[in-house]
Amino acid sequence: MGEVIVVTSGKGGVGKTTTTANLGAGLAAHGHRVALVDADIGLRNLDVVLGLENRIVYDITDVTGGHCRLRQALIKDKRFEGLFLLPAAQTKDKTAVSPDQMKALCEELRQEFDYVIIDCPAGIEQGFRNAIAGADKAIVVTTPEVAAVRDADRIIGLLEASELRDPKLIINRIRPRMVRHGDMMSIEDIIDILAIDLLGVVPEDEAVVISTNRGEPVVQDERSRSGQAYRNIVRRIKGEQVPMMKLEEGGLMSRFLRRMMGLS
Amino acid sequence: MLDFLNRFFGRETGGSKNVAKERLRLVLVHDRASVSPQLLQTLKTDLIKVIEKYMDIDEEALEINLDSNETQVALVASIPVKGMKRVSRHLASGI
Repeated sequence: MGEVIVVTSGKGGVGKTTTTANLGAGLAAHGHRVALVDADIGLRNLDVVLGLENRIVYDITDVTGGHCRLRQALIKDKRFEGLFLLPAAQTKDKTAVSPDQMKALCEELRQEFDYVIIDCPAGIEQGFRNAIAGADKAIVVTTPEVAAVRDADRIIGLLEASELRDPKLIINRIRPRMVRHGDMMSIEDIIDILAIDLLGVVPEDEAVVISTNRGEPVVQDERSRSGQAYRNIVRRIKGEQVPMMKLEEGGLMSRFLRRMMGLS
Repeated sequence: MLDFLNRFFGRETGGSKNVAKERLRLVLVHDRASVSPQLLQTLKTDLIKVIEKYMDIDEEALEINLDSNETQVALVASIPVKGMKRVSRHLASGI
């Protein structure tokens, strides 16, 4: 029996879809069977982030509507053994699926997969209700901005009201240099405000933009900082104790030299 | 010049993050204060239990509300007292 994890945030554009894609690919790279579910009906995105947009035949509403079997709608990712995507419908709206249908779908998926990861749409309306309906655990993604943290706080309240206790936090797109200069809220500041457990921190990284352009999850990029951050989060989800990655490399001298050269 | 040096050596200069934190704190005080009527009812029941140890109160007339202005939120309770209870020595010494 696998576990069902919903990735949510409240605010849009903080990196839910990128997080879902990378955690899925990372867990599959560890040999797990993983199903990714795009619950953002009407605004399908997870397929392009994963580079699977040309292979969609059926979508989630075809499954819940009984037009095809679940197995037929799941797209196999050829690069990661064991990774599958259940795409969202692009032409329908959020009411095309009900919370009960989502629950049934999650139950069916967890029979076959070790991890079922649901990419939740932004907002707190029915799309959110659907996405969390069948989940055992929740991951809240935020960025170090007032609006994103405020929405994360609201989402944490709603998750707890729906009996999804102990959500875990991922802080995305942190810029260590701005934090050091006191121009961006730090990890501690955000944890202090939201009062939930930290699952990981992903630094702002151009490698994410490049890999998303290509439809290849950055988690497989051995050299990138963000890829390392995602690989660490994957191991924490598996239950390993992995220390938080140092956000800035090098000591005072190398920082000094980089600054002299205008690199940071 | 000092600010420049501080920046150069990477020290915090009380930058905009403190503004962000303070604004966030205020906005969350308000967001979190919009509690459900159900939660207020539970709070009311618990309050009555505690106060009844010390005083006779008019439970029917008890009112609690959250009042908010720009910088803070206050829990305002109006609890009509009908009479004081004789607080036992044991209880009094614990206060």
